Amino acid sequence: MSNIVTERFERLRQERMVPAGRPATAVIGSVREIVAHRQLLDLLIRRDLKSRYKDSALGFAWTLIRPLVQLAIYYFVLGKILGASRNIPEFAVYVFAGLTLYGLFSEIVAAGTASIVSNAGLIKKIYLPREIYPLASVGAALFNFGVQLVVLLVATVLQSGTAWIRLDLLYFFPSTLVILIWATALALLLAAANVYLRDMQYLVEVLVLLLMWASPIVYSWQQVANAAPQWLLDIYTANPITLAVLGFHRAFWTAGPDSEYPSHLLLRLVVVGVVGLVALLLCQRVFAKLQGNFAQEI
Amino acid sequence: MSIDMDTTQETRSPFSGAPAVVTVKNVSKRFTIRKDNSLKERVVTLGRAGRRHSEDFWALKDISLDIPAGTTIGLLGPNGSGKSTLLKTIGGILEPTTGSVERRGRLAALIELGAGFHPDLTGRENVYLNAAILGQTQEETEARFDDILQFSGIGDFIDTQVKFYSSGMYVRLAFAVAINTDPDVLLVDEVLAVGDEQFQKKCLDKIREFQEQGRTIILVSHSLGQVQELCDSAVVLHHGEVKFQGSARLAVKNFREILEGRRLAEAEAAHPEEDANPGKVEHVELEIPGRAPGAEHHHGDDLVIRATFSHATVLPEWRAGIKIENHLGNPAFGIDSRQTQVKHDPLRGTATVEWHLSDLRLGGGQYFVHVFLAKPNGEHIVIEREAARFVVVDEDTQSGIAWTKTTERQIKG
Repeated sequence: MSNIVTERFERLRQERMVPAGRPATAVIGSVREIVAHRQLLDLLIRRDLKSRYKDSALGFAWTLIRPLVQLAIYYFVLGKILGASRNIPEFAVYVFAGLTLYGLFSEIVAAGTASIVSNAGLIKKIYLPREIYPLASVGAALFNFGVQLVVLLVATVLQSGTAWIRLDLLYFFPSTLVILIWATALALLLAAANVYLRDMQYLVEVLVLLLMWASPIVYSWQQVANAAPQWLLDIYTANPITLAVLGFHRAFWTAGPDSEYPSHLLLRLVVVGVVGLVALLLCQRVFAKLQGNFAQEI
Repeated sequence: MSIDMDTTQETRSPFSGAPAVVTVKNVSKRFTIRKDNSLKERVVTLGRAGRRHSEDFWALKDISLDIPAGTTIGLLGPNGSGKSTLLKTIGGILEPTTGSVERRGRLAALIELGAGFHPDLTGRENVYLNAAILGQTQEETEARFDDILQFSGIGDFIDTQVKFYSSGMYVRLAFAVAINTDPDVLLVDEVLAVGDEQFQKKCLDKIREFQEQGRTIILVSHSLGQVQELCDSAVVLHHGEVKFQGSARLAVKNFREILEGRRLAEAEAAHPEEDANPGKVEHVELEIPGRAPGAEHHHGDDLVIRATFSHATVLPEWRAGIKIENHLGNPAFGIDSRQTQVKHDPLRGTATVEWHLSDLRLGGGQYFVHVFLAKPNGEHIVIEREAARFVVVDEDTQSGIAWTKTTERQIKG
């Protein structure tokens, strides 16, 4: 028996037998598996991004064109023609800030939901921690978010000079984090559900449309506060997306007075963030439970 | 001469003291076949009606298997026997319904090549992606990149998008990536029959190299010759159950019997009024003139094969034939009545045919004789595999199936 064989056998003997497929421990095992596959995750994100605009002349510029057109529509139609900008100063920055953050949410949820089914080829052929596919969608969405963020910053500078550099800018972090947590939780849950019921993809389209109008993106929180009864406003304000968008406005929209925001915005963000973590955990457990049958159900 | 050994044996590694790498314990796998797939249909068929719309199907039934390191084990079985399901369960792609699969060591799967390829990415990008999918780190892939490129023979096309590749190039690149990982356990599903002959040979050489390095290979293949040639042992699955486990040669024989049984069942179903198995090989005997029964065959000896056939009905026209194969299943010789241009009398009851092979010269080793009875168009009525066996004396003076007197001399320099 050659050395190479003896060495291999010795190494194998040292290793513990593990169940094929799923990790040995529940949450920690899943996290450890994903960390072990971080290079693959990185490559999958690149694959998603590269393949999206491959062979198109404008390439990544398309990442910007859609939100810019959206911005133009909201700015002119809603702002100028319907007169929303009379109530909201610096309406362009206001809308674009909201759209940028909401774009992150909608892209994660939509791409994440489809991620398992669209990677069916891989899932049926090879075992990888399946969370990696929705997470790759999160990564790709974050990249697009980053590009839009640059545009947002440029717009902010053009609009208000250096006035945007202030402490409130730090609201960026809790807001983005809240969106990331909730969007990832939903993406995991819906991705797993989509394997069993393809209706989810279409449901998500509707959901994303609905949630956009249920958060203060093209109108202001103050307008809701003026129009709605207290209990409805409470529900409206408890929405994590509403709070995150408000936080984002706080960070980038310099023109808004304090009355545009509910009280204790930071505390509220922390609370929905913590609740979101619990939701993320639950969704991951559901995902882990369902993933065993992915390969046969797709 | 009966050579049957249908007892199930344990799978043994060709290396001594090998640790187990895969343990399959009482694994069963149920698939539920549903006939409804949208939300509306599910709601409508909820409850008791829902159960009528789904059907249980057990793809694996109580399978237990121990695979020691360094073994090359073949999974055989007719289509739908559960061999791919078993392979996927070992690979962790499917979870068993009951029972457990445990394993250790690095695992790589050659299950449908290029599953991880993205058509829009270049060959180079796909190599990195696919290697990462197979568990390689970026640094490892970088170190092996030249080997991969060389093995694939893709050359300058490596920076072209793979959607422009020919199917052969595609598969070659995928195989090159998979084979250049460093697995302890390699799962192979029906993929060794890719590429041109030269590439196939390269693949088989690589597999042999893997075997020498003590890696474990689990192979699903329909090529019985390949299984006999590559595998130390094999498992025959049928309807999700282990029908046989043991040496590759016996497993192949066992598998052929299953196929023959299925052919008969199908023939019976197609023509229920006819006897599905009217023909029989009643008796086969071998004789080496001038030597004792059962003695070894020497080069240049004659060989006489006698076979007695029977048929339930009268056969006006028929053919009989023999095939001789070595222990790896490679054909050495074959002949039938069409080739000998013998017209037999109608077969009533039984008939005995004799073949006299003069001055037979075969390489040393074990040979098997298959005997068959066929219709005039060549369709087999019955074939008796390994109906008899003989051993050619092995003097280690030459190798191969053919034997010939050879001299060697230096003619220059």
